[in-house]
Amino acid sequence: MAERERSHTRGGTFVPRSQVLSAADVQRALVRMAHEVAERNGGLDQVVLVGLQTGGVPLARRMAEALRDAEGTEVPVGSLDVAFYRDDIGLRPVLPEAATDIPCDLTGRVVVVVDDVLFTGRTVRAALHALSDFGRARAIQLAVMVDRGHRELPIRPDYVGKNLPTRRDEMVDVSDDGVVIGSLG
Amino acid sequence: MLDARGRRRADVVVADGVIRAVGPDVLGDAPARARVLEASGCVVAPGLVDLHAHLRQPGAEEAETVETGGRAAALGGYTAVVAMPNTDPPVDSAAVAREVLALGGRALVEVCVAGAITIGRAGKRLAPMGELAALGVRLFTDDGAGVQDGALMRRALDYAKGLGVTLAQHCEDDHLAGAGAMHEGAWSSRLGLPGIPSAAEESMVARDIALARLTGARVHFLHLSTAGSVELVRRAKAEGLPVTAEAAPHHLVLTDASCASYDACYKVNPPLRTETDVTAVRVGVLDGTIDAIATDHAPHLPEAKDVPFDDAPSGMLGLETALAVALSVMDIAQALASLSWKPATIAGLSPRHGGPVEPGAAANLCVIDPALSWTVDPVRLASRSRNTPFGGWTFMGRNRHTVSAGEAVVVDGEAQR
Amino acid sequence: MTHLLSIADLDREGIEEILRVADAFAEVEKRPIPKVPTLRGRAVATLFFEESTRTRLSFETAAKRLSADVLSFSAASSSVKKGESIRDTVETIEAMGMDALVVRHSSAGVPVQVSRWVKRCKVINGGDGWHEHPTQALLDCFTVRQLRGGIDGLRVLIVGDIRHSRVARSQVLAYTTLGASVTLAAPGSLLPPSLEGWPVEVAEDLDDALGNADVVSLLRLQAERGSGAFVPTLREYTAGWGLTARRAALLGGDAIVTHPGPMIRGVEIAGDVADLPQAVVTRQVTNGVAVRMAVLFLLLGGVL
Repeated sequence: MAERERSHTRGGTFVPRSQVLSAADVQRALVRMAHEVAERNGGLDQVVLVGLQTGGVPLARRMAEALRDAEGTEVPVGSLDVAFYRDDIGLRPVLPEAATDIPCDLTGRVVVVVDDVLFTGRTVRAALHALSDFGRARAIQLAVMVDRGHRELPIRPDYVGKNLPTRRDEMVDVSDDGVVIGSLG
Repeated sequence: MLDARGRRRADVVVADGVIRAVGPDVLGDAPARARVLEASGCVVAPGLVDLHAHLRQPGAEEAETVETGGRAAALGGYTAVVAMPNTDPPVDSAAVAREVLALGGRALVEVCVAGAITIGRAGKRLAPMGELAALGVRLFTDDGAGVQDGALMRRALDYAKGLGVTLAQHCEDDHLAGAGAMHEGAWSSRLGLPGIPSAAEESMVARDIALARLTGARVHFLHLSTAGSVELVRRAKAEGLPVTAEAAPHHLVLTDASCASYDACYKVNPPLRTETDVTAVRVGVLDGTIDAIATDHAPHLPEAKDVPFDDAPSGMLGLETALAVALSVMDIAQALASLSWKPATIAGLSPRHGGPVEPGAAANLCVIDPALSWTVDPVRLASRSRNTPFGGWTFMGRNRHTVSAGEAVVVDGEAQR
Repeated sequence: MTHLLSIADLDREGIEEILRVADAFAEVEKRPIPKVPTLRGRAVATLFFEESTRTRLSFETAAKRLSADVLSFSAASSSVKKGESIRDTVETIEAMGMDALVVRHSSAGVPVQVSRWVKRCKVINGGDGWHEHPTQALLDCFTVRQLRGGIDGLRVLIVGDIRHSRVARSQVLAYTTLGASVTLAAPGSLLPPSLEGWPVEVAEDLDDALGNADVVSLLRLQAERGSGAFVPTLREYTAGWGLTARRAALLGGDAIVTHPGPMIRGVEIAGDVADLPQAVVTRQVTNGVAVRMAVLFLLLGGVL
């Protein structure tokens, strides 16, 4: 999410440099994180997955599938667009990109926020603020496919697909085909 | 040199308010230490005569005075203006007329006054036209409003005939005009502004032509703005009726599309009309249907115009730009005919104004540089107000010197007092 | 977008962007806490020189749900009564640090004039005379799009006092820009003096036009503006141009009836017709907040 919006601002195109995870690696990491979610929460009772628009949404869905395969439980999956909560409104154009759909009242729930890449932490901060408007969750946890460092806020993920040291000016792209590191051309 | 008799090349010597000599080698006739006004490449002509200026005094001196309006006129090339009577109080009594004439005595140009047709311009009772005529008033009008009551207008015409004066009508049917703020048509419909249909003007032009036919009295039509009005007057003239007409400079070049900005500077009455009307008015001036170009100089302070379009007063400045606007659409001979000798005749000022430039004539002259390119800067206008629609426009041709009653009141575009 | 003064300022892409962003705000409106921090620290003033309840409340609700501060100015209780000019009022209010001004005035063009007088404020036309009411047309389009999936190709019929209607002028522009065809139906005295340049048709027969319409936009007969004098009697107007029960039966099954409010039951719309499911008046009001949030967000949420 953060990656994508930055690319809008700079207006360049993503030039891939090296593949970091294959499609199969991503799937394996997802299944592992799904197990960790179940393990950490002593089951899936009260767990809700919320994917951040746009990159986190398909990952949240796939994690829900992995949980169903592993635990036989249907976990509610929602999506969240944090545009209206961002802290850079007025600094650059911010537009909502896709739908927010929170399937249930979050009060008392364990919300697992799912995103593709964790970078500065600002998107997650906005998401925490947004989620608080949907009820008082018992706990909010964070699952990301890639943690690339460079945090600007005191935010730490609970579940990580891959820790990936990067330079600040590099770009990380997560898709169905895997994870690719590159730069803006 | 250019006057009603045509064009020739000459020097002009003026002394004691009178033209002493005109000809190729007359400078020797000039008195010693005479002031020489350079006029090479320029046209020397009888001074311009404005049939229609709102000088705002008495009553609205914050917008204009006889002095400032007179200065604006002189700069524009005028040597005489007719001050409209819609002052506060209006010129419906000899006392007010005397006041304006007295103020005019100190102005840079000759200031004539038009009298009101009815008391308070209210359209109910006739104003004392005889008393006013005795002071030299030759034009009567309720301008700003038309005389709505046909019977009253007929009575006024019958009465005026005996006095040898001319009634000038602001043709606007109040009911048809309603609360209109601009021309009624495609633009008003789109802009959501209440409109004044052309018929509001034309119906009164038609009525007054019929009254001219009925009474045999002279009628002068003020600021005609529609193609229909021009056609009505053209037919009335063909019939031989004693009618004359004028058009305002803005109606020669601006259309109702200007109102799309909702800038009340473009609010004027009669309103700016369509392209078709603008063309018809121009043709009317060129073919003589419309005798004169008269400014309808109507000063308003910025704060009066910085209000909702509906609420703004009508009117725009004209004295300092009329000549340039006229020159932008016609040649200088046509422009001078409709700005000088023809209006002078209508105002009863001929030959003192607008007359041939010849020895013995009153020295009311303007010197026009037809090749001078200049841009209108509202801040630099001599008028007390700034409501010109031509701010930023670049024109070709400007008055350079004005000689009023023998005095060089404008020299090289600068008022001398 | 610098200001929103007229629908004519927007192209199709611009209108569609507003509607898309309004979708997101419509979702916000459904949340347990229907408020987002988006415009925290921004200030919006509603300058209503003409009274209005629903438009003012709608704009103020929209601004508050975006966490903007709201200053409410009403001419009735203000310095305007003491003779202060609109220009001075606007300059004073802008000097208080406002970021947006929602302007309503009974004279056409005032928001356009205000946009020339402000230094940095964004100006939103909240309805000016007979000229335009852009946010009303946008919320109408939003409502129709919500119910029909899109506007393109729809047949819109606008019925009533079009001459004096700012809503109609904005609707004609908005609907046609989005690809709908627009037909006007009104007695001749309530049509604009000229329709030159309007991309519309005029209905010969109201009953036929109703049967063909996907959307019927009813307008109020603005009696307080003297529109009553443009028809002989209200009864004759209702008989000729009102959406009576008989006429409502001519409507297609999925036709939509919109009304900008306030509705005068028994004049332009029969009481029981106003309560039919095709009449979407309350949905319009709800959507009005989302659309105005979108407009405020797009004007104030961009790069300052």
